[in-house]
Amino acid sequence: MKDSTRTVSRITAPVKSAAQRFAYMALILGAVGVLVIGRVDAVHMDQLRAQITDAVTPILNVLSQPVDALNQAAGKVRELYAVHEENQQLRIERDRLLQWQAAARKLEAENRTLRGLLNFTAGAQTNFIAARVVADSGGAFAHSLILNAGDLAGVRKGQAAVTGDGLIGRVSGVGRRSSRLLLITDLNSRIPVVIESTRTRAVLAGTNSGRPRLIHLPTGAIIAKGDRVVTSGHGGAFPSGLPIGVVSAATDGIFDVQPYVNRDRLEYVRILDYGLQGIIRSGPDRNRRKPAN
Amino acid sequence: MKPSVWHRMDILRRQLTPFMLTIFLVFVGLVPFHISDLARVMPLFSLIAVFHWGVYRAELLPMYAVFLIGFFQDALSGVPMGVYTLVYVLVYGLVSFQHRFFSGKSFYVVWLGYAVVSAGASFLVWLLVSLLHGAVVDPLAVAFQYLLGLGCYPLIAHLFLRWQRAVLQQV
Repeated sequence: MKDSTRTVSRITAPVKSAAQRFAYMALILGAVGVLVIGRVDAVHMDQLRAQITDAVTPILNVLSQPVDALNQAAGKVRELYAVHEENQQLRIERDRLLQWQAAARKLEAENRTLRGLLNFTAGAQTNFIAARVVADSGGAFAHSLILNAGDLAGVRKGQAAVTGDGLIGRVSGVGRRSSRLLLITDLNSRIPVVIESTRTRAVLAGTNSGRPRLIHLPTGAIIAKGDRVVTSGHGGAFPSGLPIGVVSAATDGIFDVQPYVNRDRLEYVRILDYGLQGIIRSGPDRNRRKPAN
Repeated sequence: MKPSVWHRMDILRRQLTPFMLTIFLVFVGLVPFHISDLARVMPLFSLIAVFHWGVYRAELLPMYAVFLIGFFQDALSGVPMGVYTLVYVLVYGLVSFQHRFFSGKSFYVVWLGYAVVSAGASFLVWLLVSLLHGAVVDPLAVAFQYLLGLGCYPLIAHLFLRWQRAVLQQV
């Protein structure tokens, strides 16, 4: 009996091993196939990615909550320690802001009068969608966040996302209840910008490091460390004037920008819907009717 | 005596745990921890799991499960689809087909094995992502991510070894 079992296994073992190797090769080919399809048919692959993200967003939502709660508790303890110093700073800042408020009121009144004189038509109404950050793609290879608001909340591909500090990125993929936010630091991010003081145009390109870089600068452009960088609005993708950051290094024609927004502290973001169509709307999104707000 | 339906279901449930734990580690890698600069060098916890199960209990994490895990990691982490799928299947193949090399070896030898395999995997991901994006990904961040993963390996491997002893011994 034992001998017959041994004979059977002697025959089946190489067959089993060959079948395993064959299955393994098929999986490798399958993985290469996914890579190729991802390049050839990016639209459908993005839809599949959005569907998977949608399916797991409730889990990510639950997992990120205890970490957020801990972070908030730690923040409160830190604030308690610094409360006196912060109070002093806030008093100084309040005095400064009161002066700005007076200036802003004066300018607002002047602006209203001039608009009336010119018969100026205001731009589209801005809508905001608040979304919670439920996941950070993490790692050195992609800089993106997953948000818990999607198509149902009115999020559309290409919309800008901001915090109180400034621009954080743009929506690169939308599911029904989730969306992916491509950060301005990602290798694939390209944003038309201007240097606020000189109005020099440039493109802000992500480098997968913490500091994106200014490219496509006009020859002879004068840019100094500390210059503010804001969106230019060119190409219709983003509204103009959204603050992005300051030039942090200016050496040998290479200009790095330190973003205002700190990615590590993000819990909520605001997605802006300016009603701009933009150059990045493509595929099925292009024909989609805008929801009534 | 034939095992009861409940007993067989219990065994099946236990057999599924390596896959479920690896998927859980994919999620853990995505949680925003709000620690300064950590997000940029967050290690690939799921790669540690694929390596570990490939070495110790390859039969409980079959290769098609590894394919699915890689695909899942691709979809959620935002890298071009297929990159982690290919790299995870390659790592698993290398480790599980060579599991005789690791069997009976001390923990430090297996850790060294992970150091070599994950270095190759990191390089391959770096190469593929750089080629597909047409731009070089910051190698310094990749190096930090690799080192952090190497540092996390003993903790995760230790937890998995305990799990093996507690849950998977009879499976």
